[in-house]
Amino acid sequence: MSQDPLEGCRISAGKKSAVSLGKALHPPNLLVVVEGTCGACVAASPVSAPEGSCSYNVAHHHLCVCVRVCMAWQGLQKGETLASLKQESENLRRKLEEERGKLTDVELHQVAEKVETVAALSIKTRRVLKGHGNKVLSMDWCKDKRRLVSSSQDGKVIVWDAFTLNKEHGITLPCTWVMACAYAPSGCAVACGGLDNKCSVVPLSLDRNENVTAKKKSVAMHTNYVSGCSFTNSDMQLLTSSGDGTCALWDVESGQLLQSFHGHTADVLSLDLAPSETGNTFVSGGCDMKANVWDMRSGQNIQSFDNHQSDINCVKYYPSGDAFASASDDATCRFYDLRADREVAVYQKDSIIFGASSVDFSLSGRLLFAGYNDYTINVWDVLKGTRVSVLFGHENRVSRVRVSPDGTALCSASWDNTLRVSRT
Amino acid sequence: MSNNNAHSNLIIAQRTVKQLRVEANVRRIKVSQACADLKNFCLQNASRDPLLMGVPSSDNPFRPPKSCSLF
Repeated sequence: MSQDPLEGCRISAGKKSAVSLGKALHPPNLLVVVEGTCGACVAASPVSAPEGSCSYNVAHHHLCVCVRVCMAWQGLQKGETLASLKQESENLRRKLEEERGKLTDVELHQVAEKVETVAALSIKTRRVLKGHGNKVLSMDWCKDKRRLVSSSQDGKVIVWDAFTLNKEHGITLPCTWVMACAYAPSGCAVACGGLDNKCSVVPLSLDRNENVTAKKKSVAMHTNYVSGCSFTNSDMQLLTSSGDGTCALWDVESGQLLQSFHGHTADVLSLDLAPSETGNTFVSGGCDMKANVWDMRSGQNIQSFDNHQSDINCVKYYPSGDAFASASDDATCRFYDLRADREVAVYQKDSIIFGASSVDFSLSGRLLFAGYNDYTINVWDVLKGTRVSVLFGHENRVSRVRVSPDGTALCSASWDNTLRVSRT
Repeated sequence: MSNNNAHSNLIIAQRTVKQLRVEANVRRIKVSQACADLKNFCLQNASRDPLLMGVPSSDNPFRPPKSCSLF
């Protein structure tokens, strides 16, 4: 910004201890927010600058102020006021509902009426992975379909071989509540993060004696806890979601922020990348009860769904990439079609009153596995909207459910300190 | 931020309107068409879904171990 942003601005002194001013400048259209204290009284202390802003120190008529230049915005159009903008957003929301409504000619379960019901499932727990000292918060499968990584409240991240129950690696993080972990597509590294506000990548070594924790590298930096992480199609980029309300895309090698995604108005609790064939989008869900779909290249929020009545704990794409499911504290799971741009099914029962923490689809997308805070996993028929089965076994909340990459097994992580691998 | 509430609200309102305009312009298809495609995807892939169909015991690495007999 070569032009002095204060050119043409009048700074008016307000209260004795603070000065504030806002004025639109043409061009470039910047809203300049000035705050600080009178230089004669107390020295100005710069406010922590949000992204896209910078601070200046300006001495002006004995007033030392800190100028925070906010993100560029279009100057107010003629007649635009806060009230008119609010009215316009109400109108747009109504128009959105109308447009969506016009295309709703049938419900999903009606389309699926003639489809054969799912035969009784005989899914049983085949392996119990014990070793964590506290609640298991997250897990992820490796592409080799037998290894998995799990993270816990005790600060430990463990890489397991699910067939042999062997613990292959143990990583200790300096923080507790490691809420997110992910396996790299190559199988050569894992990412993990949580209350440390960071997401770190740890390369896995074939040498059993080597201390993997020492090679840990911080990649993502947020201003609040990291709730979810996922590698993109390669080991080179990492996508994270955070309690600071944003998602971000990082370059693993340099730790550079490649793109950030703003739009949620509260903590983002979960994210999921679209299956590779369908392009560069991902979906996120959070405490603002919204599920947002983003374009990874532009950072733009392209679709938004606000059907849930409480925090969205988990979002997961349907295998074809044209739809996604969400799990929420409102005790329901919902299914949204992206091309129809609306919710097409709600999975709920009067007897289910506890929040759902996690969802995943079976390989064909016919079954939806959902983990709940009442210690059970409900298996839903995605098309018909009915519950097919209930899986018992965990002795505390189920925090995460994931189907293996080849669709043969379901792994569930729980606050009872164990993980269970279930199969037919 | 207390001094700047009015300005932040303005910025937030502008962003909301801009976002809603983007969302309103999204191209949509009929729900019947979308659901038919979802149903077809499920049915086409059902036979390849191990958790739905089950796997024969011999292929299952997680099967309960059978004991060996030595003659």
